[in-house]
Amino acid sequence: MLSKIVRTVANQLILFILIFGLYIIVHGHLTPGGGFQGGAVIVSGVVMLMVAFSSKELKKSLRERVLSIMESTGALILIGLALAGIGTVFAYNFLVGTPIFGRIPVTGPNPGDIWTGGVIPLMNLAVGLKVVAGLSAVVLALALFSSGEEMEE
Amino acid sequence: MRKVVGLILLLVVVAFLVWGVLLIHPFGYPPSDMDDYIIENAQKETASNNVVTSVVFDYRLLDTLGEATILFTAVMGVLLLLRTLKRREESS
Repeated sequence: MLSKIVRTVANQLILFILIFGLYIIVHGHLTPGGGFQGGAVIVSGVVMLMVAFSSKELKKSLRERVLSIMESTGALILIGLALAGIGTVFAYNFLVGTPIFGRIPVTGPNPGDIWTGGVIPLMNLAVGLKVVAGLSAVVLALALFSSGEEMEE
Repeated sequence: MRKVVGLILLLVVVAFLVWGVLLIHPFGYPPSDMDDYIIENAQKETASNNVVTSVVFDYRLLDTLGEATILFTAVMGVLLLLRTLKRREESS
């Protein structure tokens, strides 16, 4: 555990890191970024908490079972969304033109609209969930192992 | 002896890499028409402004699925391996 200054700053900063990561995930179909990148940003916030507080503190709130369920849910949502368009081909974007995320932008540069993209924003959310849970579990397991402990169930 | 074999293998790998670099296409002249098709039709077909994301999550979703599988396997391996090591230390 580091000094009180570091802990206070980390406490204030984690909110902005989480919001930034969520922004990158949700705007994956408009701006550079997406599920993998935004998930990595959020996991960097988790690593910051792990450095500022100790990994023993963090393992009380990050359970291994919850992280496993989150990661498997993300993977299943991704595969399910890909299989949902199997009527045409695998991974067909079946939501284009429908009221859900289906608005089609004009071809060429334009400022962008959050309500576009078909299944792409949903897949970004699923991949973001998966990356956040998976990388958090890996980092936490490695940190706890090097300090001679084990993750809680 | 091992150093000589290693050096020969290293030279073979370097030769392959240099050969690949020499055969690469010039910058700005890609070999296929696929990129032109994607640049012209991606916004129409996938309704996504970010063409890179539309390639990653629509045209080439199978590759992204492989990437997610690699991450899944890595996480599973780390969790399984570290737990096994911990339990073996305790039992011994």
